[in-house]
Amino acid sequence: MAGSPIVIVGAGQGGMQAAASLRDAGFDGPVTLVGAEPQPPYDRPPLSKQYLNGEVDAAALALRTPAFYQNQDIDLRVDTRVAGIDRANAAVVLDSGARLPYERLILATGSIPRRLPVPGADHPGVLVLRTLAQARVLRDRLAAPRRVVVIGAGFTGLEVAAAARSAGHEVTVIEALDRVLARAVSVPVSEHVTRLHRGRGVDIRFGRQVEAIEGEADGPLRAVRLAGGESVPADLVVVGIGVVPDTALAAEAGLAVANGVVVDAYLRTSDPAIHAIGDCALFPSPFADDPLRLESVQNAVDQAKCAAEFIAKDGLAARPYSAVPWFWTDQYSDKLQIAGITTGHDRTELAGDPEQGRFSVHCFRGERLVGVESINRPAEHIKARRQLAAAGTLAGAV
Amino acid sequence: MATITYRHPDGSTTVLDVPSGSNVMRGALANGVDGIEGECGGDGICATCHVYIEQCPVAFPPVDENEDELLDCTASPRRDNSRLSCQLPITDELSTLVVLLPEKQV
Repeated sequence: MAGSPIVIVGAGQGGMQAAASLRDAGFDGPVTLVGAEPQPPYDRPPLSKQYLNGEVDAAALALRTPAFYQNQDIDLRVDTRVAGIDRANAAVVLDSGARLPYERLILATGSIPRRLPVPGADHPGVLVLRTLAQARVLRDRLAAPRRVVVIGAGFTGLEVAAAARSAGHEVTVIEALDRVLARAVSVPVSEHVTRLHRGRGVDIRFGRQVEAIEGEADGPLRAVRLAGGESVPADLVVVGIGVVPDTALAAEAGLAVANGVVVDAYLRTSDPAIHAIGDCALFPSPFADDPLRLESVQNAVDQAKCAAEFIAKDGLAARPYSAVPWFWTDQYSDKLQIAGITTGHDRTELAGDPEQGRFSVHCFRGERLVGVESINRPAEHIKARRQLAAAGTLAGAV
Repeated sequence: MATITYRHPDGSTTVLDVPSGSNVMRGALANGVDGIEGECGGDGICATCHVYIEQCPVAFPPVDENEDELLDCTASPRRDNSRLSCQLPITDELSTLVVLLPEKQV
């Protein structure tokens, strides 16, 4: 496909990897990588971890040096917004009106934080954390002592809570469900993480609905008001209630969209000239009965490699996407790692000792091992990934 | 800053100047050096940035319990000079370093 231009929309981990992997796979035509954010692709996970607590600065987050893009002849366009996709003429239209013709297009548009639909949620003291710019604001606000209220006990919310608490702030976590990470992990792991936070002095309140965020219109925040009249004083609110896939461009272009851009096993959208990868893609997986949409570095990177190989080889000897999903989070000095998809398990087996803070939960559905969650047992995690990969290959071969 | 020589299993080498404050893994990733995956971005959990240290004039921080556990899971065999390169910081004291990359990381 020499000479046929490839455009990648979205310069996050997935978009960057797709560009790099196209070159690795020998593609020598034009590659354009378009990103809306002002800086070149950077490492997002540390934003709620090492960046927030000051261990690393923004410069250290760059995924590749400027020289890399030059040497690999990747046309990186930061601070560039895409207005639409003109499928009839196979071109990406930029906000500026400029057009980028493509032979193949890769959508790596990622996801957007879900907004809290309550009065006061637009107060400047209410933050979300997704981008470096947002992380910078949060880090600056945490420079002075604060009463921090985190809304949502998901991964991002809890990582922010851990970082803020470690820095000495007063931290309250408000969660609508009855346990932390309820949609992501098994009960024993939820319980461990809850103990960890409470042991450090984080006030976690379950089963609470946020009714409003109160504060002066042009002044400080006052409190988070909960249903039932409870009020939690706050100087700073961080909303971590999940993300939604950024499917706007795909939907406007008439591609099939559900909870994500619908793709096939080769990550092609309903238009075979367009792939979608990473957070925005809804894909079939050997590790789940229903189509999956995953928000993880692993998923973005592995899907980028899969799509790049498909495109570089023009679909010849193409391999369906079948990487084992895995994920990790740091909470204080504890490391939680998940291999496989553990949601929907009906039975668990415990290995190790939760009292010692080192254990794994093996999650089964029927007889099948669907995933393993590990606390401070990295070797178990790696073993689990290999085991799931072998089982997945077997299942795929049948 | 340190000048790091990454020796590939096929005998070829990549030589890079890596700034202080970075680490041996990040230096490789940022410049797109083949042979280091660094799947977790340097969080010390994935064992895919394995290197064999061949020449090093300064002492790196010793292998801790976590790294020790991970080095037992590397895709290529662990040797006495095995390290995870995300755990090898570039400091002003370090001027040169030679590492051999393993056959495989995953």
